[in-house]
Amino acid sequence: MMDIFSQLVTSFVSSALFGFIFNSPTRMLPQCGFVGMAGWIAYYAGIELGQGVIPATLIAAFLVTVISQLFAKQYKTPIIVFSVAGIIPLVPGGIAYDAMRNVVENQYDTAVQLAVKAFMISGTIAIGLVLSEVVNQVIRKTIK
Amino acid sequence: MHTDTTILHGAPPHLTKEEIRTITQVCLMAGRIILQNGGETYRVEDTMARIAAAYGIEDPQCFVMPTGIIFAISGASQATRLFRINERNINLGKVALVNDISRRITSGTLQPVEALASLKELEKHSREYPAMLKVLAAAVASGCFLIMFQGSWSDFFPVFVTGGLGFLFFLFVHSIVQIKFFAEFLTALLIGTTAVLFVKLGLGHNLDQIIIGSVMPLVPGLHITNAVRDLMAGHLVSGLSKGAEAFLTAFAIGSGIATILSIFY
Repeated sequence: MMDIFSQLVTSFVSSALFGFIFNSPTRMLPQCGFVGMAGWIAYYAGIELGQGVIPATLIAAFLVTVISQLFAKQYKTPIIVFSVAGIIPLVPGGIAYDAMRNVVENQYDTAVQLAVKAFMISGTIAIGLVLSEVVNQVIRKTIK
Repeated sequence: MHTDTTILHGAPPHLTKEEIRTITQVCLMAGRIILQNGGETYRVEDTMARIAAAYGIEDPQCFVMPTGIIFAISGASQATRLFRINERNINLGKVALVNDISRRITSGTLQPVEALASLKELEKHSREYPAMLKVLAAAVASGCFLIMFQGSWSDFFPVFVTGGLGFLFFLFVHSIVQIKFFAEFLTALLIGTTAVLFVKLGLGHNLDQIIIGSVMPLVPGLHITNAVRDLMAGHLVSGLSKGAEAFLTAFAIGSGIATILSIFY
């Protein structure tokens, strides 16, 4: 329970601070934090419930974009302000690092496996972004 | 007969040459500010086309790449402008402000001359958070990433220092050397060295997690997101070149860290 709590807090703070580093408008920083927190908790819950990294990333990236779209509409602010803050925690930095470390240790077979995994996760983030864009367009077209 | 010529030339009869020149300037300036501050390419084209349409210019053509903007008006008062973009940084606040101005233009409450004045005002005003606060933000964010990646709180302080120091060093090097990838490579070297020092001194415990947390502020998240959004919107050239930028950044960070690891392992 304590663990979930610290995950919630740290993901909120880090995403809001990323908004700050990118000079996002000050009144949008809490929203940036919320998007990041929602995405990260979706990812975290996916992993905890025994899903693989890739489905968890897909769901998280999808959620991040959906919430970003809602916020963009609500606050009349470019969507990029919200989605960037939410996507950054999902970037497979740790796996890319492990791949790099195995290269240095001359264990190329493990390195290639990890690199492919990092590449797949990046692709999954892209698919999550595209998917929610498509859903958004379909909803808009059918409601009109 | 009169209507025929307008159809032929496309230029609206109620606009003077002077007005058209101002409108072109407004479009270019809005596009330029968005592009230079990290907006997506499709947003640049969209904004320029909307502004032009709101001011009654028919069939404006814009072609935007990460390194330049071409804007053309067909018709009697033909005009083509090219603007080269050499410097790009990330300031999403400015993108949001240009977005506000463009909204006011499309709702008809802002005349071209006023719009140009407020865009110029916006460009002069830097509207950036102070660099030292950004360094602090990067330090805290690095620490938070450590916890998110299952690190222990005992490593929080080393990551806080390494991440903050790394970001400060990156800003410093980038202000001297204009080649961003080189600045990222040097920063990765510094982060790796600092992390190794912390572990050797017994202050840090898990070297891997310290390095991963500290490197996160440099991760090219904006470029990845922009590249995907541009590719989706059909801007293949921009999407691919931004993807290349993201890849180069990741490569610079990775090779910097790898260099340190190969020395100390």
